[in-house]
Amino acid sequence: MKQVFGRPESLVDVASHFCPGCHHGTIHRLVAEAIDHYGVREETIGAASVGCSVFMYDYFDIDVVESPHGRSPAVATGVKRSNPEKFVLLYQGDGDLAAIGTAEIIHAANRGEPLTVIFVNNTVYGMTGGQMAPTTMLGQRTTTSPYGREFSQDGYPIKITEMLAQLEGVAYAARVAVDTPAHLAKAKKAIFAAFEAQVEKRGMGMVEILSSCPTNWGMNAIEANKRIETEMIPYFPLGVFKERKGSDFF
Amino acid sequence: MTKSFEKGNVAIAKAAVSAGCLYYFGYPITPQSDIPEYLSGVLPGLGGQFVQAESEVASINMLLGAGSTGKRAMTSSSSPGISLKQEGISYMAGSEIPGVIVNIQRSGPGLGGISASQGDYFQSTRGGGHGDYRTIVLAPATVQEMYDLTILAFDLSDKYRIPSMILADAMLGQMKEPLDEWKPELGIDYGHSEWILTGAKGRERRRVKSLYLGDGDLAEHNWRLAEKHKRIAENETRASVDIPEDAELVVTAFGSAARIARTAVDRAREEGHSVGMLRPITLWPFPAEEFVKVGEKGTPILAVELNTGQMVEDVEIAVKGASKVSFCGYPPGYLPSPDEIYEKIMEILKGEEN
Amino acid sequence: MNYASIMAGFGGQGILMIGNLLSIGALEQGLGCTYFPSYGVEMRGGTANCTVTISDKEVGSPVTARPDGVIAMNGPSVDKFGPRVKEGGFLLINTDMAQDEKFSKDGVNVLRIGCNTIATELGNPKLASMVALGAFVEKTGIVTIDSLVQALPRVLPEKAHKLIPLNEKALKAGAKYAAEN
Ligand SMILES: Cc1ncc(C[n+]2csc(CCOP(=O)(O)OP(=O)(O)O)c2C)c(N)n1
Repeated sequence: MKQVFGRPESLVDVASHFCPGCHHGTIHRLVAEAIDHYGVREETIGAASVGCSVFMYDYFDIDVVESPHGRSPAVATGVKRSNPEKFVLLYQGDGDLAAIGTAEIIHAANRGEPLTVIFVNNTVYGMTGGQMAPTTMLGQRTTTSPYGREFSQDGYPIKITEMLAQLEGVAYAARVAVDTPAHLAKAKKAIFAAFEAQVEKRGMGMVEILSSCPTNWGMNAIEANKRIETEMIPYFPLGVFKERKGSDFF
Repeated sequence: MTKSFEKGNVAIAKAAVSAGCLYYFGYPITPQSDIPEYLSGVLPGLGGQFVQAESEVASINMLLGAGSTGKRAMTSSSSPGISLKQEGISYMAGSEIPGVIVNIQRSGPGLGGISASQGDYFQSTRGGGHGDYRTIVLAPATVQEMYDLTILAFDLSDKYRIPSMILADAMLGQMKEPLDEWKPELGIDYGHSEWILTGAKGRERRRVKSLYLGDGDLAEHNWRLAEKHKRIAENETRASVDIPEDAELVVTAFGSAARIARTAVDRAREEGHSVGMLRPITLWPFPAEEFVKVGEKGTPILAVELNTGQMVEDVEIAVKGASKVSFCGYPPGYLPSPDEIYEKIMEILKGEEN
Repeated sequence: MNYASIMAGFGGQGILMIGNLLSIGALEQGLGCTYFPSYGVEMRGGTANCTVTISDKEVGSPVTARPDGVIAMNGPSVDKFGPRVKEGGFLLINTDMAQDEKFSKDGVNVLRIGCNTIATELGNPKLASMVALGAFVEKTGIVTIDSLVQALPRVLPEKAHKLIPLNEKALKAGAKYAAEN
């Protein structure tokens, strides 16, 4: 963690638009460190998604193609299949990946596309103003679940990483958080592992990152961090759910 | 060179390969499945990729991805699948990403049926998805044109950084005709090295995108697209025109309807009537000028379509009331015979039309 | 010259095969040709038909309401396409599968021929459609038997190439019957 205070090379030196206490900035930094570490900046093509992360093309010093909401796993498949030597990076929110783009991520994973997916789970639709996401916790109030999410109405928060880990095409799947220094260290390790899965052509590498959205949670940064610890982690357990070292599929 | 005898669908697939397209993304749907079936056999051996996607939504976005890196790629489908692709087509248009989309039309609305139809004229020529854009739309009428226009679609798409569409139908896709499989010149420099994504090696990073949030940026972007559309209209409009000096009537139709109408026109001519034929080959840009010329003479026009009246609106816009425009439409589930169109021609010539 | 023909029968009778053969035969003679099969729902219903339009210029309509010639390999095809044959046109009825002695139409030349019987005599009832096509081109003269024979290797799948001589025999047997009746 010695680099924590220096700016990774792959991150552009501009002011970010993220709200105070939002974890997107922290996650960007970790991802940029991985790009630097694996020396892939000059061969990386990012597939941006729609959500607060759409601006990845402003922050990462890499080539980026924009994708329609939820479709970046398909866009990335097109990029990777026609440019297998490039490193292809996805960065998706929970509305993007776990709602509108469920089919795209599951099938890209099942095909074993060697892509690196950073999945930011903040339990809300951030960019559009805090509506309910498929990952919204039971009882959580959002602008479209004003009485709190209820199973009978909206089902349970979806555990995507556990689902994706089932698929043979996934080489690495983990859930991490970035709310404490200890979690941050593990998150970095996981992101590196997800990069390695692609670099070593083993299949899809994905990391779900439990992330705060103080603005839409109606909390300050400290309260938001605490919520990750007390509410999210008990339901969304941290850990590595899949680690396939070989590139052999069954 | 001996000609092969091919299905229209296969002609499109072969043309894609001749045009240097190594990447295909699709999802099965009748009546175009010959295209993915053919390419799944051929592309892997050429070092290309065939991906059967989980949906048309995914396949158009794979096309977007490949196109953003400057690779020639194609997707094909039929009407319901083309509806699903509209989102991606809009993004491609907005981000100015080339790519070829083939629509072997079947019948709608909804699930409709699998018979030939020209019901997607509006969807194709008006952009189809959200936003203010156009795609180049080419309408082949023979198996040879399925081949020739597919090659042209790749060239125009690359030349103007715009998605191009082949608008054919079940009839053209399933029928067989002689085919000359000529090979186009490849490796033309379209200046793509200036914008495609290759990784930011030794240069500034690039973005291929359609989002413009700066003050006035999006308006400027839209005007730039409009300028491009204008350039395409000026340079790439195509039609097949066969109108005698003394024509008493001009029949207009595109694609398979034009084939049926052609036989009706020939029959009227054999019987001594002077009837012209005007077949748009580019549906967008629409060959309005050719219709203006007809209008200048005030020659009546009969539009024949396999729908309830779509292209006829563009004809009317073009002639601005200078010619009387009649319409003869055949919605799907039924293919007209040349005789029916001949009867309609005779009604108009005899002034019996009601 | 513009000649529209329809061949129709049960699926599996080789209808699409003879449609292709006639088309390629026309190509061999330097003529223009369009082959349009019925497909989809109709095919699953157990009947098959295709339209072959041959022309010395570019072919116009791939479909027709008034064919110049029809090969009807079974009863339903006689009922469906017989009445549509153009005046001055030609209708072939396979009497082995269509016991239809009644059909007649003014100005239409009808040939009744037991295609399956002749094919069985040659050793393979599957050749019935070839017999029909031989008779058809003999009567109509739209392409020559020689062109069809030349076209056989392009139409038959590789593994059936050893049967080319037998197919040729069937075409010629049909032609012979037509010439004599
Ligand atoms: C087809 C489509 N539907 C809806 C939207 C509106 N939209 C933009 S971002 C977004 C939600 C993003 O939420 P998430 O993926 O959780 O990312 P976050 O903003 O929370 O980081 C939605 C619904 C859209 N852009 N496109």
